[in-house]
Amino acid sequence: MPATIVETNSKKFKRKDIDPITLDIIENAMMNARYEMDAVLFRTAMSPGIREQHDEFPMIANLEGKMVVGQFGSFIHGFKEAYDGTIEEGDLFLTTDPYACNGAISHINDWLLLRPIFKDGRLIAYAAMFGHMTDVGGKVPGSLPTDAREIFEEGIRIPPTKIYKNDELQTDLLELILHNCRMPNWNRSDFNALVAAIRTAEKRVIEMSERFGDDTFYSALDELLDRNKRAMSKLIKNTVPEKKQHFEDYICDDGLGMGPYKIKCAMWREKDKVIFDFEGTDPQSISSINFYLNEEMFKMFCGVYMIMVFDPQIMFNDGFYDLMEVRIPHGTLLKPREPAALSCRTHALGRIFDVLGGLLGQGDPDFLAGAGFSDSPHFMYSGYDKDGEWYQLYSIGFGGIPGKPSGDGPDGHSLWPSFTNVPNEFLESYFPLRIETYETIIDSGGAGYNRGGNGLRMGYCFLEPGTISIHDDRWLTYPWGVNGGEPGRRSEKILVRTDGSQERLPSKCDRIEVGSGDILYFNTWGGGGCGDPLKRETERVEFDVRAGLVSVEGAKRYGVVMNDDLTVNAKRTQTLRAKMAKKRGKVPMFDRGGDIATLKKQCLKETGLEPPRQPEFQTWALKALEGGAGKGGSVKVKRSASKNKRVVAKSKSSSKAKVSSKKRTA
Amino acid sequence: MTYRLGVDVGGTFTDLILVNESSGDIHTAKVPSTPSDSSIGVMNGISRVCGNAGIDPKEITQVMHGTTVATNTVLTGSGAKVGLVTTKGYRQVLQIARSYVPGGLGGWVIYNKSAPLAPLACTIEADERMGADGKAVRTLDTKALKKELERLKDENIEALTVSLINSYANPAHEKAVERVAKQVLPGIPISLSSTVVPEMQEYERTITTVANSFVRPKVAEYVKNLEKKLKKSNKGVQLNILRSDGGMASAKVAESLPVNLLMSGPAGGVSGAVWVARQAGFNDLLTFDMGGTSTDVALVQDGKAQLRRETTVGDVTVRASSVDVRTVGAGGGSIAHVPELTGALRVGPDSAGAEPGPAAYNKGGTLPTVTDANVVLGYLPSEVRLGGDMEIRKDLAEKAIRPVAKALGISVKRAAAGIIDIVNENMYGALRLVSVEQGYDPRDFALIGFGGAGPLHANALGKLMNSWPVIIPPGPGVLCAYGDATTRVRDEASRTFIRRFADTTTDELMNIYGKLADQALKTLYKQGVPPRECTVACQADIRYQGQGLQLTVDFDLKALKKGDLSVIGDPFDEMHKQLFTFALDADKEIVNLRAVAQGKSAEIEARRLPKSGSRTPAAGAVIGKSTVFMEGKDMQATLYRRDKLKAGNKIEGPAIVLEMDSTSVILSGHTGNVDQFGNILIAPSA
Repeated sequence: MPATIVETNSKKFKRKDIDPITLDIIENAMMNARYEMDAVLFRTAMSPGIREQHDEFPMIANLEGKMVVGQFGSFIHGFKEAYDGTIEEGDLFLTTDPYACNGAISHINDWLLLRPIFKDGRLIAYAAMFGHMTDVGGKVPGSLPTDAREIFEEGIRIPPTKIYKNDELQTDLLELILHNCRMPNWNRSDFNALVAAIRTAEKRVIEMSERFGDDTFYSALDELLDRNKRAMSKLIKNTVPEKKQHFEDYICDDGLGMGPYKIKCAMWREKDKVIFDFEGTDPQSISSINFYLNEEMFKMFCGVYMIMVFDPQIMFNDGFYDLMEVRIPHGTLLKPREPAALSCRTHALGRIFDVLGGLLGQGDPDFLAGAGFSDSPHFMYSGYDKDGEWYQLYSIGFGGIPGKPSGDGPDGHSLWPSFTNVPNEFLESYFPLRIETYETIIDSGGAGYNRGGNGLRMGYCFLEPGTISIHDDRWLTYPWGVNGGEPGRRSEKILVRTDGSQERLPSKCDRIEVGSGDILYFNTWGGGGCGDPLKRETERVEFDVRAGLVSVEGAKRYGVVMNDDLTVNAKRTQTLRAKMAKKRGKVPMFDRGGDIATLKKQCLKETGLEPPRQPEFQTWALKALEGGAGKGGSVKVKRSASKNKRVVAKSKSSSKAKVSSKKRTA
Repeated sequence: MTYRLGVDVGGTFTDLILVNESSGDIHTAKVPSTPSDSSIGVMNGISRVCGNAGIDPKEITQVMHGTTVATNTVLTGSGAKVGLVTTKGYRQVLQIARSYVPGGLGGWVIYNKSAPLAPLACTIEADERMGADGKAVRTLDTKALKKELERLKDENIEALTVSLINSYANPAHEKAVERVAKQVLPGIPISLSSTVVPEMQEYERTITTVANSFVRPKVAEYVKNLEKKLKKSNKGVQLNILRSDGGMASAKVAESLPVNLLMSGPAGGVSGAVWVARQAGFNDLLTFDMGGTSTDVALVQDGKAQLRRETTVGDVTVRASSVDVRTVGAGGGSIAHVPELTGALRVGPDSAGAEPGPAAYNKGGTLPTVTDANVVLGYLPSEVRLGGDMEIRKDLAEKAIRPVAKALGISVKRAAAGIIDIVNENMYGALRLVSVEQGYDPRDFALIGFGGAGPLHANALGKLMNSWPVIIPPGPGVLCAYGDATTRVRDEASRTFIRRFADTTTDELMNIYGKLADQALKTLYKQGVPPRECTVACQADIRYQGQGLQLTVDFDLKALKKGDLSVIGDPFDEMHKQLFTFALDADKEIVNLRAVAQGKSAEIEARRLPKSGSRTPAAGAVIGKSTVFMEGKDMQATLYRRDKLKAGNKIEGPAIVLEMDSTSVILSGHTGNVDQFGNILIAPSA
C-alpha cells in the first residue's frame, strides 16, 4: 500500500505562468534555504562526524517529492511507495533502514529525517536531511563492522517511523532508540540539530509561499524542474554518444580476505535518453561492502557530475530524471537483497564516481579526469580512558584529488562536498591520542600534465590502550591515470609498536588492540594523473620539487632532471623526455597500473599483504544473475558436481572462484 | 583648543571631518584621493579642512583613520614573502587546509586551489612537541632549527610566522623559536600564533598568523609614512587606525597586528552608519553599503554592530574579530547575462569594475551592468548632472541591455527592471543572513543605505525586508569619516580555557578575567589612554559540551562575583534558543574567555540643517521631471537637488534626489522626510 496523504484543505493548486525573473528569485531563495539548513546543523550538532566533517545532506522537494534543491536527489517517491500509512501535518519521519526507503540512505548510521510541509491544510513541499551518526549500536564501536554478514549486526534499524506526531516528539520511541547506541548524547544532540535544520527549511518554504502566493510558488517549483530538464536534455545530446561505452572498476576486498569485486557499467544514448546498465557487476558480497544504490540517486550523481564537468552554470534538481534510465540487476553488489549487510558501503559509493568519470570521459576525452579519491576512509578508536570514561572517535580520511583537465588535483583533500577534517588540536584535547604526523605523501599523486593530488599520511600516537577499526580501499588496485597520466600511489596502514616492531594492517579491519605509545600510520592514496607528464611545464615540476610535493627522483616521472640546487637541468631534461617518449609509444586513455592478475601476483611483494582470495558468492545470487547473463554475458555460471557449489568464470580474468554453500533467506 | 580628525580614503574622494573636542563643533572637507600614495591626499585634505575651520593643524591631537591597505594587500596577493615554522610533522598544514573543497558534489572537477599564503618552499619544521595539556612532550632542538632558519635566510623571506601545535595551551616553544629566529634573521618581523590568536585549531591559527605576516610590511610602510608626514607638521599628533571590530588601535599596535585591520574599511562605514542613525533616533538598524563591485551589509542592535570571530577577504579566512559584515558580489558594476542552456537571468558575480565600467559611462564597457539598468529605468537620470564630471549615455546603456532583453524575449525596460530585481534579491539574501537567519525580525530594524549605489537601491530593499524607515544620510563619503572620528580606542585580551561548567569555579574565572583585563588595559595605556577613562567588558565563548559552535555571551563581572555560573549559562541558553529554536539540557562548556577594554568616545553631534517652515521643498530644490519605469510602467518622477532641501521637507515618490556623489531613489507609493540632520527617512506613504 502506498502512503496516504491527509490534507484538510482540498483546494487544488493552479499552474500559473511564471515570469523568468520571479523564477530566478525563487530558485535563489530555495538555494539559500538549503544552505541555511547546513549552517544550522553544523552549528548545533555534537558528533565531530557531522559538525566538523559535515557528513550530512539536506534536501527540499516539491509536493510530489521531486528534489528542487539538495545534493543526492530525492527518495520520496520510493518512500511513499513503500510506506503503508498516512502522511499528515505535524508528522516528522525518521528512518535508518536502507531497505525500507529504496536506498535513500545506504547504511544504518545515516539517520534520515523527512518532514512534509503543510500550509493552510495543504501539502506544499518536503524537507529532508540525513546525517551520519557516530554510533548506532551493533557489534562494534562505530557500528560499521567490516565482517558483518547481515544487517542485524550493524545496529538498531529504524523503519519509517513518525518520531513526531502532531508536532509532538514520541519520547518513548526516541529513548528506546538511544538506549541502543553507545554515544546516546551525541545521537540525541545530532537528532535535535537535524530537526532544527528541517524546521528552518519549513519556515523558509512557508515564508516563500506567502511572499509569492501559493500557486506561484507551486508553479515555480515545477518550472524549475522543467528548466533543468531542458538544459540537461541539451547537455546529454551534446555529450553522450549513441555508441555504447563500457567501464569497470573494483573494490579491492571485502574485509573477509576476498576480492576484488567488480563494478561494471555500460552507457549509451537512445534519442533524448541516456541509459546506464550495471549488468556484469559482481553478485552481492556476503560481507558488508554492499552498496544499496538508489537509481534516482545515481541519476543525481550522474547529472551533477555532467554539470560540473561540462557546464557548472546549470542548477541541478530532479527535473531531468525522465532523461535517464538506470538498470541495476538485483542480487548484485549494488542492489543486494535484504538482509545483506551494508555498513561498509562507502567504498562502492565512492567508486561509482570513478566509474562515472571513466564512462563520461570516454565520449569526450578532453573532459576526462584521473581516478579520484573515491572513498571516505574511516578511522575509529575507542576504549576507556584512565578515569574510566568511554571515548569513541570516528573520523574520515582524505587523499589525492585527481589531475583534471582544468588543473592539478589538490593534495590531501576531500572528494565529497563540504567535508573538512577534524582539527588535530581538537582531537588531541578530547581523545587520548597525539597526531605526530600530518602531511601529504611525497610523489603519491600520479604524474601527469596535471598532477594527481598527493595522499595524506596521518601518524596517530595512542595514549591509552584501546581498539581501532580501519575502513579503506585502493590498496590493491590503482587510482588510474588518464590520457598519459600515471596512476596514483596506493594506500597502506602501518602499525608501529613501542618495541619498534612493524605490522601491515589490512585495508579493512576491526578490533585491533593498540597500547599506549603505539603509532598508526594511516596513508591514503594519491589521485591519478591527467594528461602527458612529459608535457608538463618544467617550472611547474620545479615548483612541486621545491615545495616538497614531488621528490628529485619523482621528477623523473615527468622526464625532468633536477640540479643539486633544485633548479631544472634543461639539457638533460630534454634528452630524458625524448628518450621516455620514444620508449613509451602511444599514450593509452587509461593507465590502471596493470591488470588484476598481475596486481594479485605482485601483491605480497609490493604491499606486504596476501592477495585477496576470489570472492565467494551466494548460490541464489548467482542463480538470479544467471537469468540475466544471456543478455550481457559478462558473468557465466557453470554447474559443478555438487548441487550447492558453483564455479564462476569471469569473462575477463577467467579465474576460478569457490562459492559459498551457505544458503540465505532471500 | 584640541581637535580630532576622522579620515576616510575612498577610491575617488578622501573625506575628512574635524571635531572640536570640547565644543563638538565639526568641519568637513572633500579632496580627490591620490591612489599611488594616499597620504598625499590625506595631507591635502588636512590643510583644506584646517583652512576651512581657521585652525592651526598643530591643534589636532588625534587622527582616526580607516584603511583598506591590509585588505588590498590580500586581494592583490602583493604581501610579503612569508617564512613559516611549524611543528615537526605539520609542514603542510596550509597546503592541506582542512581538506575542504568548495562547491557541491563534483565541485573538485572545477576547483583549482591557490598556493598557500606562506610558500611551502619557505616552510620549515621545528623538532619539538607540546601536549594538549600544555606540558612539553619534547623540547625544542635549537641546533636543528638554526640550520633550517639559515635556509630561510637564503630564500630571502620578508616576514616570519611561528605556529606550533598546541601553542594556544602553552606558548613557551614558540617563544623559544622566536629567540633563535631573532639571532638568525635580524630585522625580519616575527609573528607568533600564540600572540596573534591564542586559540585552538592549528589551521585557523596558522593561516591567521601567516596573514598577519603577509600584510605586515605593507601596512607598516603605509602607517609609518603617514605618521611621519603627520608628525612633521604636528609633533604631538597621535595616529589611530580603525580595526575590523570597529575599535581604534594606535598606529604602533595596528602595525604589529595588521590582521585585525582586514575589515577596517567596511567597519568605518558601519561605525559611521551607527552614529548617523543614532543622531536620527534609530539604534536598531541594518546597514546597506553598496559599491561598484560588492555590497556590505551588517546588523546593528542597540547601537552596537554584531561582531564575528572570523574575517574573510578573498579566499583567505582568518580568526580575527570583525564587525559581522556580509559581502555579496553584487554592485553597480555587476554584469547581467543569460546562460544559453538554462535561459535564466543571472547578475554577477563578474563585474565591469571601474575599468571598463558600465556601458553608460562610455569608458569602453559594453556589457550590461546594474548601473546600465538603473540608467535605462531613469533612476540615474542621464539628462541632469550635478557638479560630477561623469557623462551618462542612456543610448549605450540600452544597447548593452538589448541582448539580455532579446534572450528573455522581453522589452529592454523590462529586462532592466529584471536585472534590478535580481540584484536586489541577491542583496536581500545577504540582509537575511544577518537578520532573519540569526533570529532577528527585520521589521524591528531601520535600514540605512550608503555607498555609491546604496541610495539607489535602499528603498527597494526596505520594501523587501519590511524595514522602515529607510535612512539615506547626506554624503556617503563623510559617513565613513564620521565613523572614524567617533569610535573609541579598543583592545581585547583572550585565552582558550576549555572547561566544563561543573569543573569550574567563579573564583578561577574572576582570577583569569582580572589578568585579561589588566592585559587589555595595559595595551590601551601604552596608546595613551589612562585606565580611569576605560571601560572593560567581559565575554565568554560557551557551548554545550561536544558542540561545534560557540556563542559569545557578554556579562557583568560583578554579577559573576556575587552569583554562580548561571550568570553566563542562562544567557547562553537564551541565545541558543533564539538562534536554533531549541536549548539543550546538556553540560555546558567554556571555550574562550575575553576582556575587552575601550577608551571614552567623543561626544559630537551632526550638523543641523536650517528648518523649513513648509513641508513642500523650496522651488529651487526641484530641478524638473523625468520618466522612470516603475512597477512595470512609465511614470513621471520629480528630480530634486539635495543641497537645497531643508529640515521638515516632504518628498513624494516617485522621486529622484541628486547630490554631487550620490543619487537616491524614492519609489512610487513612498514618502521621504528630511530630518533636522539632512537624512532622508523613507517610509510607505500613509
